[in-house]
Amino acid sequence: MTLLSLTNMQTNIGEYAVLHDISLTVPEGGVFVLLGRNGAGKTTTLRSIMGMWRPSPGSVMFRGQDITALHTADIARLGIAFVPENMGIFGGLTVEENLVLATAKGKFDRDRLNRIYRLFPALEKFWTKQAWSLSGGQKQMLSVARAIIEPRDLILIDEPTKGLAPAIVDAMAEAFREISDTTTILLVEQNFEFAKSLGRDMAVIDDGRIAHAGSMADFVADRALQDRLLSLSV
Amino acid sequence: MNQMNATLTRVGGVNLLPLAVALVAFVLIGAPSSWMTLTVAGLAMGMMIFLMASGLSLVFGLMDVLNFGHSAFVSLGAFIAATVLAWMGGWLGSDSVLLNSAALFIAFTAAILFGLAAGWFFETVIIKPVYSDHLRQILITMGALIVVEQAILAIWGGTPMSVPRPHFLEGAFLIGDVTIEVYRAFAFLLGLIVYLALYFTLNRTRLGLLIRAGVENREMVEALGFRIDRLFIGVFMAGSALAAMGGAMWAGYETLITPSLGAEMMIVVFIVVIIGGLGSVEGTLLGAIMVGLVSNYVGFLAPKLALASNMILMMIILLWRPNGLRPAVK
Repeated sequence: MTLLSLTNMQTNIGEYAVLHDISLTVPEGGVFVLLGRNGAGKTTTLRSIMGMWRPSPGSVMFRGQDITALHTADIARLGIAFVPENMGIFGGLTVEENLVLATAKGKFDRDRLNRIYRLFPALEKFWTKQAWSLSGGQKQMLSVARAIIEPRDLILIDEPTKGLAPAIVDAMAEAFREISDTTTILLVEQNFEFAKSLGRDMAVIDDGRIAHAGSMADFVADRALQDRLLSLSV
Repeated sequence: MNQMNATLTRVGGVNLLPLAVALVAFVLIGAPSSWMTLTVAGLAMGMMIFLMASGLSLVFGLMDVLNFGHSAFVSLGAFIAATVLAWMGGWLGSDSVLLNSAALFIAFTAAILFGLAAGWFFETVIIKPVYSDHLRQILITMGALIVVEQAILAIWGGTPMSVPRPHFLEGAFLIGDVTIEVYRAFAFLLGLIVYLALYFTLNRTRLGLLIRAGVENREMVEALGFRIDRLFIGVFMAGSALAAMGGAMWAGYETLITPSLGAEMMIVVFIVVIIGGLGSVEGTLLGAIMVGLVSNYVGFLAPKLALASNMILMMIILLWRPNGLRPAVK
């Protein structure tokens, strides 16, 4: 079943068209990976879905509803969470405050909180610390935790492994695997090893266009296709 | 420098700066009663400036708007409160503290309500079209300040307007051999109450959490499902109302006001916001008290330097801490 679909989406930033005629279908469940080199348009795609940059022409449909013209906040309230590349944490707020802000009514669901503690034990340890004092990996954990503190249908995650130590990357992969049991993840990544261990479906974006879309298993099996697209894109 | 900062943080951080300034002034002034009088005057002045500047700091930090028209709300608050107080001359002159307080309450409420309405109009009509364009913000808000000044001139005239004070705020009381003006003590108390209310709102409520988060990263607050544009209007209106309240207090303090009051206060208000650090109410309070104390001490010790004292203070602090004493964003 289709959860999210982008149709003929073009996004301009200033005078420049960054995305050209992007069409993509994200099915419900699992991890959908969007691969591409720097500047290919991966982040712009996520930001366009979130309404931070407005696509025109083109449309974004979520659960059959056209969300192209909706305000970012209204899109978020439909059940889409965003974990940006810079993590977007509020450094002056404590770990607890960062998380409580992401709850719908300002109160924690105890089960969800316990799940977060289990996935990211460091957050419990640094619960009352201001977020600016956390390490890069802990900040990324906080950013992901904020996305799952409430039930969501879709989480958009932008390059979560960038600059992280291998041990943290492994922990992150484990967490994403568990999260994707209940929530669809649209993951933007350059790290193919990380992406292929998680992805069920995938697409490669290059120069603002979809160069390939299909299942991750088929893509991993097709070395020729990988060589052609990854040498181009990753 | 790092060692010095670490030591400073251990003993209380930048919060101790006013105390340090007061101690240095005590040594330089010599006479304890003069020092005490100047300190109380400085604290009262600081609290009134805090009322005017706190809203600007939040607007600056949260909305990234350079509102040079902020002091128009100070002027409007001063003139509206002065007018209401003049209408209620009978109550003000009465010996009844109740009638005095009622007159003061009505005058302040009128100033605050007008500040809220003017803030809504300003944000919706003037600021909204120039978001993310600092140059236009400066031009249009300075233009708005001039328009408001001229409107005040047209309505109230150019002659300085005297501001009646409630009877119960007249005079002074003695603590030992130190004379303290009642109005100054009242200004200090009111500023303290407003600070505590702001502190509570910002640090103990969900609304405050949203404002603090918005100061850091507006886009992310929206991505969490909150309409920051609606928060902007609320913060702008609250900031304008605080400025109007500050103007009303200042009018009673000066007892004679002119249409150029806003423009005169604008520089001081901006200095306080910059010294304190953008978006930080604690920083604004610290900056305002520093400005109030330094103005009074320098005015006594070296009158010729009084006008430049705020600028010198700002330069020293910015050389030491380029982001201000307590910026909201680290």
